[in-house]
Amino acid sequence: MLVHGIEMTFVIYIGSWLLAMTLAVLLLALRVSPLRIGEPIVAAYVSYHRNVPTLVQLMLWYFGIFTLMPQGLSDWLAGHNAEAIFAVIGLGLCQAAYFSEDLRSGLRSVGPGQMEAAQALGHGYASAMRFVIMPQGVRNALPPLINHSVSLFKNSSLAIVIGAPELTHAVKEIENISFRTFEVYLIGTVTYLFFSLIIMAIGAYIAMRADPARRARA
Amino acid sequence: MIHDFLTIIQDYWLLLLIGQYPNGPLGGLANTLILSALAIALAFPVSILMALARLSTWRLLRWPMTALVYVTRGVPLLMLILWCYFVIPLWTGADVPSFLIMLVTLVIYQGAFLSEVVRAGIVSLGQGQMDAARALGHGYMGAMRFIILPQALYNMIPSMISTFVSTIKDTTLGYVINVPDLTFAASQVNNQLLTQPFQVFLILAVVYYILCWSLTYVANSVERRIARRRAGPRNARLPAEATPLKTITEQL
Repeated sequence: MLVHGIEMTFVIYIGSWLLAMTLAVLLLALRVSPLRIGEPIVAAYVSYHRNVPTLVQLMLWYFGIFTLMPQGLSDWLAGHNAEAIFAVIGLGLCQAAYFSEDLRSGLRSVGPGQMEAAQALGHGYASAMRFVIMPQGVRNALPPLINHSVSLFKNSSLAIVIGAPELTHAVKEIENISFRTFEVYLIGTVTYLFFSLIIMAIGAYIAMRADPARRARA
Repeated sequence: MIHDFLTIIQDYWLLLLIGQYPNGPLGGLANTLILSALAIALAFPVSILMALARLSTWRLLRWPMTALVYVTRGVPLLMLILWCYFVIPLWTGADVPSFLIMLVTLVIYQGAFLSEVVRAGIVSLGQGQMDAARALGHGYMGAMRFIILPQALYNMIPSMISTFVSTIKDTTLGYVINVPDLTFAASQVNNQLLTQPFQVFLILAVVYYILCWSLTYVANSVERRIARRRAGPRNARLPAEATPLKTITEQL
């Protein structure tokens, strides 16, 4: 039961992380694109997802939008673990707002001189982006991205509210059966802490690998 | 569709605003605001003490506090709430209202996050301030009280406001232990109507949005003002030398 819970937590976590990262890149592209309409759309998207509690967003998805869907689609979803799917959608969309802001502030910190210098050296816009701006921008965005990846992992526990059978759900279930609250909670807490620390460590490792000072030495 | 929204608001605005107050416990938006204001008011002194403990030269103080901060940062708030829900009635042996349990949880959780902000504020002032204060005859505590903390805390005001925003968002988790807040009221409305969940939860989202958006707006304008004041009248045109504090708040 516990193992199933951990498995489900990871399915939700990885699913929503990938969804969030993909969306974040798309949002960022829309924001820097010459399309006039892109900027306000992205700003509204980010603003909504940052100012409404994630829990409320999840509830709106699961209790609200689920019921508005056409019958065929909602039946199909109900047969395919709708709770987990909506948890992934809700968390992923919400997290995309944070990721895209992280990436944007990372890219903004690079400074216009870099782009001008790259173009003076004969890079086109795309190749300057690819070889000069992006590597620096993403490196600058790493610390907040890591922080938000950890909090996404912790937020996956919110899926309990819409009934997805993840780790916190499993902990509650086992508690209800066994009444050994202390032990079960301790296991749950330690598991969360363990994986959070692992995600932090992976993040620190990537940040270290990306550090130019270290690469120059290697 | 629009009509549905208006009807729901017309029929249930009192429930959403104050819950079942005269006949039952205070709830709704009022309770959400009271809970988050109390939580932040209590978390503030707690966070200063925690930050001082983490900066202390005493290992006995520093290590447990560092561990506590890491644990709070690595464990979901939901798990913490469940712990408090289980442990507090066990220790006190009394029937503790869920409002109090949520309050204690939020104070611990936000205290840990705010303590990181305070610590960053103190560290960013630099060692020189402390040395100068000591040279002028202040003791450690006096220097902290009169020189370091006033500066550090002033810089912290914007992050305090954004912590307040995230506390408001965190109070929604009280739903799990039935704290009678705005989310709870909305789900009560939903249970009475049964047929219009989308409308009810969209109203809920809009209310939270207005609340948090306006507070974020205030935080941003205060931050600009502080940056200007710190730059001083002569340097007002130079970019602020002190980098703005990274707001370390938990998103929820």
